[in-house]
Amino acid sequence: MTTTVAPTSATAPSGKSTGGGGKPKAAKLVRMLPLSPAIGLMLVFLAGPIIYCVYAAFTNMALTGTGAANVKFVGLDNFRKAFSSGAFTNSIWLTLVFTLISAIIGQNTLGLGLALLMRRSTKPVRNFVGTAVIGAWVLPEVVAAYLLSAFFNDDGTLNVMLHAVGLPGQDWLYGAPIIAVSLANIWRGTAFSMLVYSAALSEIPKEIEESAEMDGAGGWRRLLFVTLPMITRAVMTNLMLITLQTLSVFGLIYAMTRGGPGTKSQTLPLYMYEQAFSFSQIGYGTAIALVMLAIGAVFSLIYLRGLNSEAA
Amino acid sequence: MIARDRMSKLASNLVLLAIGVLFVLPLLWVLFASINRTAGLRVEFPTHPTLGNFKAVLNTDTTYRPVLNGIVLCGGAALLTMVCAVLAAYPLSRFRTRFNRPFLLTVLFCTGLPITAVMVPVYGLFVQLNLVDTLGGTIMFMATSALPFAIWLTKTFMDGVPLSLEEAAWVDGAGNMRALWAIVLPLMWPGIAVVLIFTFIGMWGNFFVPFMLLLSPERLPASVSIFTFFGQYGEPNYGQLAAYSLIYTTPVLLLYLLLSRKLGGAFALGGAIKG
Repeated sequence: MTTTVAPTSATAPSGKSTGGGGKPKAAKLVRMLPLSPAIGLMLVFLAGPIIYCVYAAFTNMALTGTGAANVKFVGLDNFRKAFSSGAFTNSIWLTLVFTLISAIIGQNTLGLGLALLMRRSTKPVRNFVGTAVIGAWVLPEVVAAYLLSAFFNDDGTLNVMLHAVGLPGQDWLYGAPIIAVSLANIWRGTAFSMLVYSAALSEIPKEIEESAEMDGAGGWRRLLFVTLPMITRAVMTNLMLITLQTLSVFGLIYAMTRGGPGTKSQTLPLYMYEQAFSFSQIGYGTAIALVMLAIGAVFSLIYLRGLNSEAA
Repeated sequence: MIARDRMSKLASNLVLLAIGVLFVLPLLWVLFASINRTAGLRVEFPTHPTLGNFKAVLNTDTTYRPVLNGIVLCGGAALLTMVCAVLAAYPLSRFRTRFNRPFLLTVLFCTGLPITAVMVPVYGLFVQLNLVDTLGGTIMFMATSALPFAIWLTKTFMDGVPLSLEEAAWVDGAGNMRALWAIVLPLMWPGIAVVLIFTFIGMWGNFFVPFMLLLSPERLPASVSIFTFFGQYGEPNYGQLAAYSLIYTTPVLLLYLLLSRKLGGAFALGGAIKG
């Protein structure tokens, strides 16, 4: 459950000011001192590695061989090597498929659907489903991976169910690994979207929907023209957050398939890990990390812009 | 009208139940397999339930040490996160400066960083600083990666504490830190508990960070040892794997129940997330 969540409100107006206009500079600085432990940690362990990342990505740094003895600048070689390598483009492609299926389509739509249905259901059903979905989310990453490996295995529960209704089964982890890990990620992550949408829907005044119903708007039209426009902000925020989370999923895929068979489920984080640690190419690995950070940064910037325009 | 309402309620319930069953099935497997001596991969109720699997994994190497390591690692990191987050949130929440807004935006930006991408350079940094395979270094990194979100959430809770009480304390000559300790914290301890538990749950399940930064088997937390025990030698003993998974998962389930109590029902967390 590696969630990084941020509130939907832009910088919450603290609306509190102790004035302090007339205080000398030194006193003002002393007031900000409590920030120093947090800033120190973030400089050393977050900013430091990111800067190091930018430096190492342009070198031939390695744990063994020539790159270990004398590190030298190689310019854009790492990036050239990456974009001309089949394995890298394969992992970019798989990352996009994984993100699209499991986050943007799966978790997002299912989370919204669950939140909508829960408003119209009876309490025991609501509690049962809520507990099951949140249970899947709270489970540690590797435990979830093992449960789902069992579920998707040739002898697993999914095939038993498929055979029962006369459909052919297969060993999903070998036949369609990227689909299996995407479904696994939907199972594990839907709770987050469900919670965000439940909170957003609970803020819609009941009268608005009731009056739309009185005016004769049917279920789907009500959803499209009344409900969804009112939670646009929650939709955008949720999409952004789960996209960023899904981009960096490692443990779930690694424990289920190791990126295999072959490289059939090797998303960017797994490719990066393999290059940097199995093949000791630290420079090349950081170049891939930089590509990942760039993708993440682009999403974060769009997200921040969205928040700022909302706050206006 | 009434009939239609009843129909739509029934339909909603049926669809929800179907989805719920799909979510429960993999969870059922772990429950049944843990008490089944000959557990396989499918959900089946054991003919002769037994606690043998639990007995088999309840020993120092398999369970006690990894769980203890996890408690030291995640507990230490969550506490460090909390202390830094409370200290940082105080000036951000109480004083208006030109520095606040850019700092908060940076924090928000950091909550979106894919931590996975930073792990290769972090490993490089740990090699330089001789921190690889140390609990202290791992605790500091875990704490830092949880810090941006914790600062944000703590500040949100702190903004809810009225300033008037503190102003009285300042007039009496109390310093900022004294006011924070004696007045603000006692008023926001439910919020503190929420941030602390949320941080801990996230760390407890995290696999990649300890997997990269710790090497010795005797230092590994449960999240990694489960992988090294059961993931490496072909066909694992599914019954024991299931039993161990249950033992390892129990702490976060209990904490989550505590959390949803504190927030008044499971769905209030969504409100906390929205800030």
